Amino acid sequence: MAAPHDDAPITASKRTEKTAQAAENITEPKGSSLVGQSVTINRPRHELYAKWRDFSGFPNFMENIERVEMIDDVTSHWAVKGPGGSTIEWDAVVTEDQPDRLIAWSSAEGADVPNSGRVEFRDAGERGTIVSATILYDPPAGIIGKLIAKMFQREPALQARRDLRRFKQLMETGEIATSARTARALEEEAA
Amino acid sequence: MRALTWHGKHDVRVDTVDDPEILNPRDAIIKVTSTAICGSDLHLYDGYIPTMQAGDILGHEFMGEVVETGPQSTLKKGQRVVVPFTISCGSCYHCGKHQYSACDNSNPADNQDIADTLYGQPMAGLFGYSHMTGGYAGGQAEYVRVPFSDVGPIVIPDGVEDDKVLFLSDILPTGWQAAENAEIEPGDTVAVWGCGPVGLFCVQSAFLMGAERVIAIDHFPQRLEMAAKFGAETINYEDSQTYEALMEMTGGIGPDACIDAVGLEAHGLFVDNVWDQIKASTFLGTDRAHSIRQAILACRKGGRVSMPAVYGGFVDKFPLGAFMQKGLTLKTGQTHVQHYLPGLLTAVLEDKIDTTFLISHRLGLEQAPDGYRMFHDHQNEVTKVVLKPGLDRIAS
Ligand SMILES: NC(=O)c1ccc[n+]([C@@H]2O[C@H](COP(=O)([O-])OP(=O)(O)OC[C@H]3O[C@@H](n4cnc5c(N)ncnc54)[C@H](O)[C@@H]3O)[C@@H](O)[C@H]2O)c1
Ligand SMILES: [Zn+2]
Ligand SMILES: [Zn+2]
Repeated sequence: MAAPHDDAPITASKRTEKTAQAAENITEPKGSSLVGQSVTINRPRHELYAKWRDFSGFPNFMENIERVEMIDDVTSHWAVKGPGGSTIEWDAVVTEDQPDRLIAWSSAEGADVPNSGRVEFRDAGERGTIVSATILYDPPAGIIGKLIAKMFQREPALQARRDLRRFKQLMETGEIATSARTARALEEEAA
Repeated sequence: MRALTWHGKHDVRVDTVDDPEILNPRDAIIKVTSTAICGSDLHLYDGYIPTMQAGDILGHEFMGEVVETGPQSTLKKGQRVVVPFTISCGSCYHCGKHQYSACDNSNPADNQDIADTLYGQPMAGLFGYSHMTGGYAGGQAEYVRVPFSDVGPIVIPDGVEDDKVLFLSDILPTGWQAAENAEIEPGDTVAVWGCGPVGLFCVQSAFLMGAERVIAIDHFPQRLEMAAKFGAETINYEDSQTYEALMEMTGGIGPDACIDAVGLEAHGLFVDNVWDQIKASTFLGTDRAHSIRQAILACRKGGRVSMPAVYGGFVDKFPLGAFMQKGLTLKTGQTHVQHYLPGLLTAVLEDKIDTTFLISHRLGLEQAPDGYRMFHDHQNEVTKVVLKPGLDRIAS
């Protein structure tokens, strides 16, 4: 049970059992580790939804995603960077879709790394739109565990926050900020 | 190209590095014609600012000629521009409110984590000022990549010399914003700690905003003399006790507004300073904060404290009780340069504000390490060093 008089979001909870509640919010939850992040973006809801709904644009702002192909309107194929130049791949399906409000997705049966996510878009008046992403995943043991550690870098929450901030930069400014000085340095950063 | 690079405490060198390139649509490349060394650069030089990396190019006060533009830049090749030290996107919520130094987007996402932890939220990217503020290469170089070049740089009319407008990049708007933050009312007495470039522009700005008296505090006779030239009364804290002097000079009331233009490297053998210094040098990490403590004690009841001076971390023995009991207001922050540029350019062109008086030394870029040493060791005579990469080209 949620404690009375605590309006903090579940993702800020100190209690692990609360992740179970977050899982309930994802239509077809896959995984038990929770990452939640919100960012406010000074653009209208429908624009942000449309950009996000085309998963193939993820590599533009998500550091570890190599490519996402939209197979049909609900099915997509993901390829994510692993160590030593390897790639981990899986299929995902959209499990809930409320235009301009919400998108939820989940990895298909048999994925090495079961994972699922949900992104919500809420009006924030003159500040634009609050974008909240919740991602659930199973951090596996062994070799795959290492792949995952690389995929989410040191800390999944950190990675999610960086990715959301790059999404914000792209949507607000049309580009992603870099302090690189040369194209070569920029490439090395991305590698 | 050649560029002034940081390698550690009191170790800066001119190295040959790769030329910058256009990487984003709104970028421009500027060929630097003038660039100044700032009091803030001395904090880097003295090793007070964390997240510096060997090889970082310094410099955040610069201007030059546009030599290349990205497809979304509004600048044109050949234009002369002054570039604000704050990098701002112009389209986020904060830029929309003209809080340019709080821009959400100019600090690359990977660099924002450090400030998240230290400050709670990340600030804008700055040129040449550590990786916490973006890791951007600075302007003490032959060329600079300027992001969001459609928002920051201001175009300078032909025929206006560099020296007259260069300080629009930082210290003039910084002094102006500090005076604005002091919310000066006609008849006010304003006290300014520090007669460096920032303090001296505070003095000029305070008078322009209607202060009746400005009292300037420092220990360098030459700098105090400059303040006096602009009409300030002076206190040399090596000869006199600052608090006692201020109370007497204001009939026991205290100054209506106090401006700290000194910052985390306050000089002087004051007890609190020595304690701060011991802690800082043993990596217990507190800033030296004598001037802001004194400003709070001296300020009249219900008065305003403005703090353009830079602090980086934590402070001990902050007189929170005095601050609360007297009901003071404190305003501070990195300068929202873009907000002030059009107005201040006009003021400079109309000779309402004097800028060139400040420059004591003009050197080529190759002599930049000498410039740092001089500015650091001889603050009395060396009020402002301007580096001109063109001087090297003439010499060679
Ligand atoms: N807020 C901003 O955006 C911004 C921009 C530029 C500079 N700054 C900061 O403003 C401060 C001043 O910059 P500057 O270029 O004028 O530096 P500076 O080092 O040239 O000047 C500082 C002056 O303070 C004097 N001083 C030292 N201890 C003092 C004390 N106890 N009492 C009175 N005076 C004392 C020094 O003698 C010196 O003349 C620095 O902290 C700098 O980092 C802030
Ligand atoms: Zn400066
Ligand atoms: Zn911005």
